[in-house]
Amino acid sequence: MTATTADHHDDHHDHHPSGIGRWLFSTNHKDIGTMYLWFSFCMFIIGGLMALIVRAELFMPGLQLVTPHFFNQMTTNHALIMIFGAAMPVFVGLANWQIPMMIGAPDMALPRLNNWSFWLLPPAFTLLIGSLFSPGGAPAGGWTMYPPLSIQTGMGMDMAILAMHMMGISSIMGSINIIATILNMRAPGMHLMKMPMFVWTWLITAFLLVTSIPVLAGAITMLLTDRHFGTQFFDAAGGGDPVMFQHIFWFFGHPEVYILILPAFGVISQVIPTFSRKPLFGYSSMVFAVAAIAFLSFIVWAHHMYTVGMPLAGELFFMYSTMLISIPTGVKIFNWVATMWRGSMTFETPMLYAIGTVFLFSIGGFSGLMLAITPSDFQYHDTYFVVAHFHYVIFGGTITGAFCAVYYWLPKWTGHMYDEKLGKIHFWLTVIGMNITFFPQHFLGLAGMPRRIPDYSLQFTEFNMMSTGGALLLGLSQILFLYIVMKAIKGGEKATDQVWDGAEGLEWTLPSPPPAHTFTTPPLVK
Amino acid sequence: MSEQGSYYVPEGTKWPTITSAGIFCLASGFIMLMNEINNASIVMLVGTLILIYVIAGWFGEVAVESESGTYSKQVDVSFRMSMGWFITSEVMFFAAFFGALFYTRMLSVPWLAETELLWPGFENIWPTAGPGGAAHIGADAHHVDEGQFATIGAWGLPFWNTVILLVSSLTVTIAHHALIAGNRSKLNIWLGITVVLGCIFLYCQMLEYTHAYGELGLTLGSGVYGGTFFMLTGFHGFHVTIGTICLAVIMYRCLIGHFRADNHFGFEGVAWYWHFVDTVWVILFVFVYVL
Repeated sequence: MTATTADHHDDHHDHHPSGIGRWLFSTNHKDIGTMYLWFSFCMFIIGGLMALIVRAELFMPGLQLVTPHFFNQMTTNHALIMIFGAAMPVFVGLANWQIPMMIGAPDMALPRLNNWSFWLLPPAFTLLIGSLFSPGGAPAGGWTMYPPLSIQTGMGMDMAILAMHMMGISSIMGSINIIATILNMRAPGMHLMKMPMFVWTWLITAFLLVTSIPVLAGAITMLLTDRHFGTQFFDAAGGGDPVMFQHIFWFFGHPEVYILILPAFGVISQVIPTFSRKPLFGYSSMVFAVAAIAFLSFIVWAHHMYTVGMPLAGELFFMYSTMLISIPTGVKIFNWVATMWRGSMTFETPMLYAIGTVFLFSIGGFSGLMLAITPSDFQYHDTYFVVAHFHYVIFGGTITGAFCAVYYWLPKWTGHMYDEKLGKIHFWLTVIGMNITFFPQHFLGLAGMPRRIPDYSLQFTEFNMMSTGGALLLGLSQILFLYIVMKAIKGGEKATDQVWDGAEGLEWTLPSPPPAHTFTTPPLVK
Repeated sequence: MSEQGSYYVPEGTKWPTITSAGIFCLASGFIMLMNEINNASIVMLVGTLILIYVIAGWFGEVAVESESGTYSKQVDVSFRMSMGWFITSEVMFFAAFFGALFYTRMLSVPWLAETELLWPGFENIWPTAGPGGAAHIGADAHHVDEGQFATIGAWGLPFWNTVILLVSSLTVTIAHHALIAGNRSKLNIWLGITVVLGCIFLYCQMLEYTHAYGELGLTLGSGVYGGTFFMLTGFHGFHVTIGTICLAVIMYRCLIGHFRADNHFGFEGVAWYWHFVDTVWVILFVFVYVL
């Protein structure tokens, strides 16, 4: 991806800065997008290594490799790094690269702010990862930071809280920028209902970020003052309530889940029509389904806390509102399948990933529906069933969606086709590894194995061994991904402007790779 | 590459990375301070100085660009949208604390009082510092013993603060109309009045806090009442401070002849922010002081 503009020095409009300044001081959406993508890949590797430590410890019952406290630090930081460091930035990177090109804009609406959004992340993650080396270690009470554990943790918790504040500012600024870009920078003739689905999903995601991240900021600020400044928000002796933290946290946390998945939905809504060589089925219903999911995401938060003690009316309300989400989600899945129906389909790597996403996300969606039912959730709560569920959604939906996007747009970014054969191998290794890792966890959870515990009863051994083996395969296959991307950056078959013969949209009218500045004069969309 | 298209895309900029460095210093220093590590205040000071340098430099650069006509109408719309969404995010930040206030008043405190087994004798009354906290002895009590706290009545200083902020919203609007009408002296006078009102509000808040801590026994540690009271009024006061500084900056810009009837986003952005701060206070006055 770094070679984006290398071939275009003959372009005399293109006075592109070089050296470290190109990256530190960049106002170019493509360069900033590239930084986001590489950053999230680094975090993906670090978070993945943490997961492998967790899985290695769980390979056998008993304590072999790490202390329980370190195990807890690994589970907690794996989640924080994967969610805030890998899954969110990868889609901001994609938004940076693609949205201006897809709507015919010269850049993001606020290029300097865009630079700041990115450059807040490295110091934030320095603090978060640095907390591992602080006295008392990193936060170890789970990524949800529930009090009282999070109030009793040492200095590492303060580092994590301040890191989360910085990530939050980054997300809010990034989202404001994306909203302004989409609403204000579209080429003449591109009405809202003509926007590519990826742009639509990002518009709604950005809205969710702007409205939910500040609530997280409020929650962790109260945590901080409870820790150091004598407030008692989460202490019953002072009239507070530890459960209140859970309410505020999940008011942010549930929209967050859709923040992670909606852009992936947008990506596969671009990819499936391309490789089915048919327009997206039910475009406007897709838009309304995304909007409906976004709205519902604000009124379902307490389904994460059925067992915490809520009035019956609350349990019922959150159960029904949660189950409602399956309607717009079902609309989307139906539309993707209907788009493929009778299309002249081919199965290049992006399409494989898109179909994989639909399939794996559906499994995660169904297990989510099981968890939505209050009485069953009393059985599943805090077991490996929950772990399996959200990994099917976040790995099977978000991360495979991100892989799908990278394979789809990599030829556009680098000007070279990636190695199709290796891409397909990467797909199969990832999907098989992912299923070996997470599918057995359903059974473990249903049988009662609790999450976040470094040891387990003997009867869980076989499934845990399978899961660890799968995790190793899954982790190692990502080295192949890095190789494929590097190879495409270095060279390979030249990509045409359109790249895929079924691809439609403004980004495919640009050269591959596009020059540093594109659409300085907006194109006319008919 | 502004010469190529109508939309201004700046060349590289050093400000954001320096801002991040400043924030990193400030955050690290704050963490050190909370954990009693030596030299915390020096690290925080360095961070603060970097941020002051950045804010002056970055906003200064943007103001110069704006005055030299770099920004097209479309850029102006981007700024307006961004400011609107920024204020939306601020609203949600305050919503978290209001949510905490409502939750404790309506749910957790009544629940604590219901479960007799946990805290025998604890009653559901507001204000409260909780079953293990200090006892509340009415508003503006003259004598507060150890283990007691008094609250600040709504109709003294807080009421006048409400009036001050409401009037200041009005004065900034008058100044805005004067700017559009091209009446510079009227603009300067009414904007000046707004800055002064902002300062008076902050001074009154300072008096109130001194009174609360010194005489009423009401502190951040006064249970859930003290927590919500000081976090809501404190964050509001912090926002008023920022708003007043912003007003002072646009006051200065008005005095040196910045802003025109058709190009004054900087002014409007601050005015919107000021109205937002004002609205939050009104809600706060109702739910924290009156009810």
